[in-house]
Amino acid sequence: MIWRVGTVVDLRDETATARTIILAVPDWPGHVAGQHVDVRLTAPDGYSAARSYSIASAPNSGGRVEITVERLLDGEVSPYLTRELAVRDRLELRGPIGGWFVWKPCQTEPVQLIAGGSGMVPLMSIIRSRAAVGSTAPFRLLYSVREPGAVLYRDELQLQADHERAADITYVYTRTTPKNWPRPPGRIDPALIVSATWPSKLAPTSYVCGPTSFVEAAAGLLIAAGHSPDKIKTERFGPTGDRK
Amino acid sequence: MSSHAYDYLDGNAAAGELSKIFAVDVTAAEGQCAHCGAKKHFAEAHLYTQAPGVVARCPVCEQVLVRLVNVRQYVFLDMRGMRYLCLDTSQLQDSSRE
Repeated sequence: MIWRVGTVVDLRDETATARTIILAVPDWPGHVAGQHVDVRLTAPDGYSAARSYSIASAPNSGGRVEITVERLLDGEVSPYLTRELAVRDRLELRGPIGGWFVWKPCQTEPVQLIAGGSGMVPLMSIIRSRAAVGSTAPFRLLYSVREPGAVLYRDELQLQADHERAADITYVYTRTTPKNWPRPPGRIDPALIVSATWPSKLAPTSYVCGPTSFVEAAAGLLIAAGHSPDKIKTERFGPTGDRK
Repeated sequence: MSSHAYDYLDGNAAAGELSKIFAVDVTAAEGQCAHCGAKKHFAEAHLYTQAPGVVARCPVCEQVLVRLVNVRQYVFLDMRGMRYLCLDTSQLQDSSRE
């Protein structure tokens, strides 16, 4: 697979530490919701560093690719992408990559999405893809974040929640909750899996994405609740938060 | 649980590197572990990237499936831990994605 050059056409801050980068890639072959790209930066002295980032945008024919990057304090690539990068800058991309952690419009079965932190990014591509094609597949999203300010795509998720046949969303806050939130801060647990996710008898396909420890915990809870491991697709990123 | 117990990623993370070698997507390919016989998609493998290359281990028995090391222009690929890998070639004809 070749490296292509994308040009930054817009930048959007999602939270205090996460930024969406909108790229125009003229020869982009198209992608499927859930796939990722490798991004390569090369310094003037020839040193280069590549990282993987999930695609946030829905599949489209316009050669547009959006990625959302979370800034890591000790990161080598993410501070540049979230602070220095400007409109009209160019980035090298390799992708789309991955044919396993994907949702296709032909899927009509119930879908359970479970996101931990910036694990929301590929799941947003799936939600956007569902909306773009007018799919009526029943969707639920369980989204675990540290605090209210860390929610990615907050306004868009709120807007889509007002639609008929919207994805049903449950937020979980692990450190700080909004005021008067019914559930105290804490991680996802068996009770939440029962109340906020599809029952196993509906045989949903589950997509779980987040830090490795979160993915292990969430997938374990689903299996304990009777879901078949064959119907659970997972994507992990590292304990440092560095994408893959 | 210690954070050290979770120092792996998944097979998806090797897909970019493997795309240099394979003409079709490897992550959706099913393979069999040569050690325990488990049949899994490559995306389900546990991937360790802290080594000089990348090491994919079986998610069931944790034995080594694949090692991939880049040395200058060369890629060393050691797949002796896999009995087979079943690749879908239909995407070669169908370049237009959904």
